Amino acid sequence: MRDTVMPNNIPYAISRYSAEELKDALKKMYLIRKFEEGAEDSYMRGLIHGTMHLSIGQEASAVGSCMSLTDDDKITSTHRGHGHCVAKGADLSRMFAEFFGKESGYCKGRGGSMHIADPSKGNLGANGIVGGGLPIAVGAALSAKRLGTGAVTICFFGDGANNEGAFHEALNMAKVWNLPVVFVCENNKYGMSTSTERSTAVKNISDRAVAYAMPGVTVDGNDFSAVTEAVDAAVERARKGEGPSLVENVTYRWRGHSKSDRNRYRTKEEIADWQSRDPIVAMAKLLVDHKISTEDEVAEIEADATRIIEEAIAFATEGDNPKIEEVTRDVYTKGAAA
Amino acid sequence: MNMHSKTDLRELSYAEAIREAMDIAMARDERVILMGEDIGVYGGAFGVTGDLVEKYGTDRVMDTPISELGGAGVAVGAAMTGLRPIFEFQFSDFATLGMEQIVNQAAKIRYMLGGAVSVPVVMRFPSGSGTGAAAQHSQSLEAWTAHVPGLKVVQPSTPEDAKGLLLAALEDPDPVMIYEHKILYKMKGHVPDGYYTTPIGKAAVVREGKDLTIVATSIMVHKALDAAETMAAEGIDAEVIDLRTIRPMDRDTVLASVRKTGRLICIYEAVKTLGVGAEVSAMVAESDAFDYLDAPIIRLGGAECPIPYNPELEKAVVPQVPDILEAARNLAKGRV
Ligand SMILES: Cc1ncc(C[n+]2csc(CCOP(=O)(O)OP(=O)(O)O)c2C)c(N)n1
Ligand SMILES: [Mg+2]
Repeated sequence: MRDTVMPNNIPYAISRYSAEELKDALKKMYLIRKFEEGAEDSYMRGLIHGTMHLSIGQEASAVGSCMSLTDDDKITSTHRGHGHCVAKGADLSRMFAEFFGKESGYCKGRGGSMHIADPSKGNLGANGIVGGGLPIAVGAALSAKRLGTGAVTICFFGDGANNEGAFHEALNMAKVWNLPVVFVCENNKYGMSTSTERSTAVKNISDRAVAYAMPGVTVDGNDFSAVTEAVDAAVERARKGEGPSLVENVTYRWRGHSKSDRNRYRTKEEIADWQSRDPIVAMAKLLVDHKISTEDEVAEIEADATRIIEEAIAFATEGDNPKIEEVTRDVYTKGAAA
Repeated sequence: MNMHSKTDLRELSYAEAIREAMDIAMARDERVILMGEDIGVYGGAFGVTGDLVEKYGTDRVMDTPISELGGAGVAVGAAMTGLRPIFEFQFSDFATLGMEQIVNQAAKIRYMLGGAVSVPVVMRFPSGSGTGAAAQHSQSLEAWTAHVPGLKVVQPSTPEDAKGLLLAALEDPDPVMIYEHKILYKMKGHVPDGYYTTPIGKAAVVREGKDLTIVATSIMVHKALDAAETMAAEGIDAEVIDLRTIRPMDRDTVLASVRKTGRLICIYEAVKTLGVGAEVSAMVAESDAFDYLDAPIIRLGGAECPIPYNPELEKAVVPQVPDILEAARNLAKGRV
């Protein structure tokens, strides 16, 4: 990492991070995109039973938010969690294996797409329950404070989750106990079919911060540098013992909510408009414009990501299914169920 | 009561039958409103509300924010004060977030207030496994609400009963919880036209037999009927009872059958222990029907674990037709 002082007109991320770090960030964004495309393709080919929530279009939010975290820092994620998982350093092969329900997957085939977790990298898990991760993140921050680990927790959640009671209770406790947690709202405009206009009393989700006496800011979630600038500042505050913050990354999901979405609540024009603001294209341009990478290097990074995903799918395909006799393993830490 | 002739062969899916019941209820009674997540333009996560929003508008088909506790509570308050809300939990699993309003409020308000008010709310719970949605989207938690006096709890297994029980629930002055199995939504069956109700608290003998009684709920009724056909070919004549309501439970129908057959299998998808099967077994054990038993009671229920993601594992943790056959053959040994 470089010095945090920014020369004029240089985007924050360019001045803050090394070329290697920035190229790695671009690679993670490609990995997310290609993971999601691979997942979608596997689904279409009938290889996957169940559902999935793709984060195509939201890659800058996931990767940008995690830039200043270490493996000791924690995240909690959501049903739309593949991107967060990659951003926090997960192994793509084990992610795909989980998606395919294999014993070699992160959850040994028990969890699937909606529960991928990698506690060894500080990823406490995706969540099938909207808002489920919010208080858990506060708990992780409480541990960090009591145990003096210096770790910060980033809590990812969607705009829809901000209307759950758990959101309000979690932010309040985080502030009252002055905990090192950053609430990152990925506002992609809709909770399933319901727009924020139809569901949420305030205009910006970050307006909610006022009620819990913490800093709140809204940024362009498709602008990698803007995301890192806001989230890094919040992480730093948390690290210094200055308590929680709320950052709202405004972004958009290109795909439907899940496999069965007919997109009846939004227009084709709206989707096309957001697709023209591809966060990966913008990131690649940022790196080329600032001479971090050449266009050829960008192409190599993308090709590298494609290769990793192909290998991951092959690994997942070859993996063994879990054994039926072991289905009640891990219900409890010791011994079997009654 | 269902007064319709069986010559009317119109078929609807289970989801369509529920939608038709809501449509009929909304057309006859202005007080009926629908509330839930994505039930408007999206048509519901399982397509149950469909295009009702086009017919009745967003004032009566209300998309709630993702706020199960608040949403359920608003439905309770509205029911106490003149509306007839039908509240949809998008998945029954998310009703755990609304439990406060269901258990502490809806179930008890009438009693706590000495009968001064009623809470005529209807809540719908899409439940069960089989969709690959894993542990937080596949549960069968009906025994949770069935444990609470003040609530009525039904589990329709056919399109006909799905419609009739929903209309009966709306007529009922007390809170009625309807557990619908997601896998049944696409199942087709005969559904009578027009308005009718299926009585809450009445089981149905869906197959008569003399050798053993199978008491089943929800999707397990169909598995039990499948198994009964195979058994018939082997000379075992099973009686199959669709419990339909789990609170209040139809004691008379179950006990009469056990007195006749002397053998009982109880089958349900929820985790086996501390559930419907325990109640049915105890009901028999505490009655004179116990004296008619020729063999121990068998319960077939879900494994003692959350629903796993892998499809083979997912199948393995809930009772399947071969499990029923094995239990029935063991039970029938020496008698058939
Ligand atoms: C408690 C709960 N309620 C409802 C759902 C069903 N559901 C899953 S995701 C979703 C929308 C969530 O919207 P948002 O928080 O904005 O996240 P996004 O899907 O847009 O990423 C809904 C309603 C759920 N999983 N959990
Ligand atoms: Mg959203």
